[in-house]
Amino acid sequence: MTATTETERAPSSSGGRFGELSRWWNARSRPQQWGLLVPVAAIIYLLPVLNPPIITTEPATSFPIALFNAAVFALIAIGLNVVIGQAGLLDLGYVGFFAIGAYSAAVLSSPDSELGVRFPWLVIVPIAMVITMISGVILGTPTLRLRGDYLAIVTLGFGEIVRLLADNIDPLRGNRGFQDIARPGGTYPDGSPIFTQNDAQGFYWLAVTIVIIVLFLMGNLERSRVGRAWIAVREDEDAAELTGVPTYKFKIWAFAIGAAVGGLSGTLFAAQVGFVNNQRFDVTTSILYLAAVVLGGQGNKVGVVVGAFLVSYIPDRFQFEPEYRFLVFGLALIILMIFRPQGILGMRQHLLTYGRQAYQKLFGAGTGVAPTSLTPSSRPAGEPAEAVPDDRSGSRPQGGGE
Amino acid sequence: MRPPPRGLDDEAPRSPGRVTTSAAGAPRESVIHTLTAVTDLVAQGSGPWINFDVGLFLDRFWANTINGLSYGSIYALVALGYTLVYGVLQLINFAHSEIFVIGVFGVYFTFLALGFQPGQTPNVPLAGIIANLVLAGAVGMILAGVAAVILERVAYRPLRKRNAPRLAFLITAIGASFVIQQVFRITRGSNPEGTIRLLPPEPLFRIFGAPVTNLQLIIIVAALALFVVADSFVNRTRLGRGVRAVAQDPATATLMGVNRERVIMITFLLGGLLAGAAALFYLMTIPQGAVFNGGFLLGIKAFAAAVLGGIGNLRGALLGGLILGIAENYGQSLFGGDWRDVVAFVLLVGVLMFRPTGILGESLGKARV
Repeated sequence: MTATTETERAPSSSGGRFGELSRWWNARSRPQQWGLLVPVAAIIYLLPVLNPPIITTEPATSFPIALFNAAVFALIAIGLNVVIGQAGLLDLGYVGFFAIGAYSAAVLSSPDSELGVRFPWLVIVPIAMVITMISGVILGTPTLRLRGDYLAIVTLGFGEIVRLLADNIDPLRGNRGFQDIARPGGTYPDGSPIFTQNDAQGFYWLAVTIVIIVLFLMGNLERSRVGRAWIAVREDEDAAELTGVPTYKFKIWAFAIGAAVGGLSGTLFAAQVGFVNNQRFDVTTSILYLAAVVLGGQGNKVGVVVGAFLVSYIPDRFQFEPEYRFLVFGLALIILMIFRPQGILGMRQHLLTYGRQAYQKLFGAGTGVAPTSLTPSSRPAGEPAEAVPDDRSGSRPQGGGE
Repeated sequence: MRPPPRGLDDEAPRSPGRVTTSAAGAPRESVIHTLTAVTDLVAQGSGPWINFDVGLFLDRFWANTINGLSYGSIYALVALGYTLVYGVLQLINFAHSEIFVIGVFGVYFTFLALGFQPGQTPNVPLAGIIANLVLAGAVGMILAGVAAVILERVAYRPLRKRNAPRLAFLITAIGASFVIQQVFRITRGSNPEGTIRLLPPEPLFRIFGAPVTNLQLIIIVAALALFVVADSFVNRTRLGRGVRAVAQDPATATLMGVNRERVIMITFLLGGLLAGAAALFYLMTIPQGAVFNGGFLLGIKAFAAAVLGGIGNLRGALLGGLILGIAENYGQSLFGGDWRDVVAFVLLVGVLMFRPTGILGESLGKARV
């Protein structure tokens, strides 16, 4: 059974126009890639100004706001990707971190807050990130010792607890929420403020800048010892532990870093909207985040940005009812898992540190990653590594009993 | 502007408990105010937002226990579905809570079809009511059971054929859960269905001064009976032996001539049937509970119950369900009604921290000695 599916699938995953493009891309050197990315980034930055006719979401939704929301979504997806894609931990309560970030911003800057402080936004961001990081560690410490699927439920419970706390604790103001949350300062040359609630253009640029910075950092992290440890944990936790990776520690790190990015996106969101109450942090929203990551391709940071853009942008563009959003993305999750478990842009497994140099030595100067036909890693993410003996491999449902 | 996610609980009953607190006994305002030990930490709110009310806890101890047993039975029945599927496939059937919701709607629509209207007290003799309840329960059970089997066919079997990683199953389950939920939301709206109460609760007798209502008695007894049936099915019948064999070692079981696919189907069917029965009891206790997202919290709690008792272990699911139901009620008395769900989740995290295999351990596949 596996043999036939492998032969059927192998060409489709390595060949095709998409594969062609990615091979060409991987063959470029780093500076070339960066040079090519500059105009792409420029176009992304200019989108709200250009307001291209077919792509725009107007008149129904303000295009800059739609773009800003997509950018925040992308940031969330990058953070969640660390947890799900890199470390392979299914976190269903990620919205909890987003909420903690947003609430930190609110409590530290809103006049409604009982703390009575009004910190500027730039001060809030690091504080909020530290707070979310700590909450990530608090959540992770007891739960990350558990098997993966318990984690899903416990994180789901965590997301729900955060929401319930926002409901129940009076100083967090429940439904009334916090008004007038600090937004970043700065004015255009003509003196008008860059960051206002009505015009999300400035916020969009800010969000895109943050996304780019975070992507850089994540790229570095991926190629570092930490990134390799995460991948080892994801692929086989027992083997990782046996080869000397302190899996528990790195899982906590994944949680903390993912949480920090979630908190960052929460502050960004709170600053733009200027208002935070308990109505925005349902666990259902967590599932949309999950859909973004899975749709784009777990473990591929560019992929998850694309996925997040689609999940956020498509409903805005085509104006479907928010109710149908969940239905459509729920269906998308099922169909994707069955037919393309690796997502739109699947994750490529390749050597990480010095990978480029190694592959160039091995396969000639033109290659940045291994030619797909040569490595077992060309298989889609959903396929088993090799013929896995069906003994008590606890990592798959077919495995033996306890 | 991001549309505010309107998912959960805006109008819906948040949890079984909240709705019935007033029914179970008059809230004792004076007690709440006088015995508040931990006052508000920030001390600026209009009142304490969390209590530590030992007086109320002691006062309502037995009432809470009985009420908790009744809720716990519902949790336990749903938890059995989680535990069975987990035992056989090592898969958290995330969509099981939606199977339960299908059961709830099945029961509700049967009520409607039998001519009961929301808001009316039916004028039917007792025997008629019982017959109607049994009929509605049967419909709910069959619907939920069939839905569970279909779910397995549509969502999980293709993945099993492709030998997909564990995460893929879980994500598919989440997707399926959302699809079912949203189908109900779109077709039936996001408001709960009108209240149909066939059997009003009446106190029958008292234990330690706490009244036991007819509903509570029926639910506890019926749930225990269903548990015994399920337990002896798994432990004493030929098919049940197949289930245990697959749980223990799928490859060897297949070699020994056990039809694995059939065992999986039976497992889902059994879980669905029990969820359907739970749906009837749920709707008897909380008549306004027929709503698209009614299964969400209950599902998490039932899963928590399964983990609490030891997932994969049928008796563990029963024990876990009862403990969770009782603990929740105690927590509600101690900390206030808003904290009921928090207590349940904290209990789950706490148990997983100190005993990840649950109270009774995981043992669906263990051979009987």
